[in-house]
Amino acid sequence: MTYTDIEIWLIIVVLAIGTFLIRFSFLGLIGNRKGPPWVLRHLRYTTVSVLPALIMPLVLWPSATGGEPDPARLAAAAMALAVGYLMKSAIGAIVAGMGTLYLMLYVTG
Amino acid sequence: MPAASTKSAYWQGLRAGLPFLLVVMPFGMVFGVAATEAGLNLAEVMGFSVLVIAGAAQFTALQLMTENAPTLVVLISALAVNLRMVMYSAALTPYLGDAPIWQRALVAYVNFDQNYALSVQEYEARPERPMPEKIAFYFGVTTPLAPVWVLATWLGAVLGMLIPAEYALDFAVPIAFLALVGPALRTLAHMAAALTSVIMALAFVAVPYNLGVLLAAALAMMVGAEIERRMERRG
Repeated sequence: MTYTDIEIWLIIVVLAIGTFLIRFSFLGLIGNRKGPPWVLRHLRYTTVSVLPALIMPLVLWPSATGGEPDPARLAAAAMALAVGYLMKSAIGAIVAGMGTLYLMLYVTG
Repeated sequence: MPAASTKSAYWQGLRAGLPFLLVVMPFGMVFGVAATEAGLNLAEVMGFSVLVIAGAAQFTALQLMTENAPTLVVLISALAVNLRMVMYSAALTPYLGDAPIWQRALVAYVNFDQNYALSVQEYEARPERPMPEKIAFYFGVTTPLAPVWVLATWLGAVLGMLIPAEYALDFAVPIAFLALVGPALRTLAHMAAALTSVIMALAFVAVPYNLGVLLAAALAMMVGAEIERRMERRG
């Protein structure tokens, strides 16, 4: 990480203000009016649109192995996603993912 | 006795929110550990969890900062993750919109996925409840969320300095992300958006300044929204 202290605090403060304004949008600023349906329709997909794009390179080319694809981390990612999806459980996904990772690292030495 | 029923609404919310401890504790600790290992000092790590107080956005910012992305890209990507909360704000307003402004500001500040979901569920089930009870229920659900998020971050940051690299915590961040995505794949439209995001992220991997993530996300949102529109029309 090569940011200066000022840049880091700038990120934190702008993110804090922006996040608050997003959360306060209707509650404090817009009130009981409805937003346009096409906007709301796009908003429903923000999480599943941003996060997978961030995850993919981390899973395929992990920095811990110098960017080489790693069977243990691939298996762990697959398990975390599968358990999270099938059980609809975030904690289940974390336990399954990290459990698989440690098991695979232990087995493959 | 309005005071007594407000109190019981608070406790009802608190009990309903308790299971979320199991989610918020590990996520907060993972953030604390990961942020510390990425090179942030304790004040900066806590600054994130106290001021931003939004898990997925904090992880997004942290990941892009680890990759030394431009400040503007960090900010836009992390705020994009939080845009879903516009919907939460809109959904809470019919029920809490008449509360004093300081209460609404506090509601906004501590708004998580979980207290939004549980509260709207409760308000829809019992719309006749007076507004102060609705507010009390919301803060009941919030009690095991927001303070625990901050505490868990601090624990993770302190422990993170002690955990050796063999524990492969480098991979805790992708696992935490996947744990957020898996349960969110509720419909065909969500799955198509996620798949688009993955494919486009790989296609745009050479785009400079980490802008590939934003391009992939924008396309994925359009795909999700368009599929939803077509499915609705087909009814």
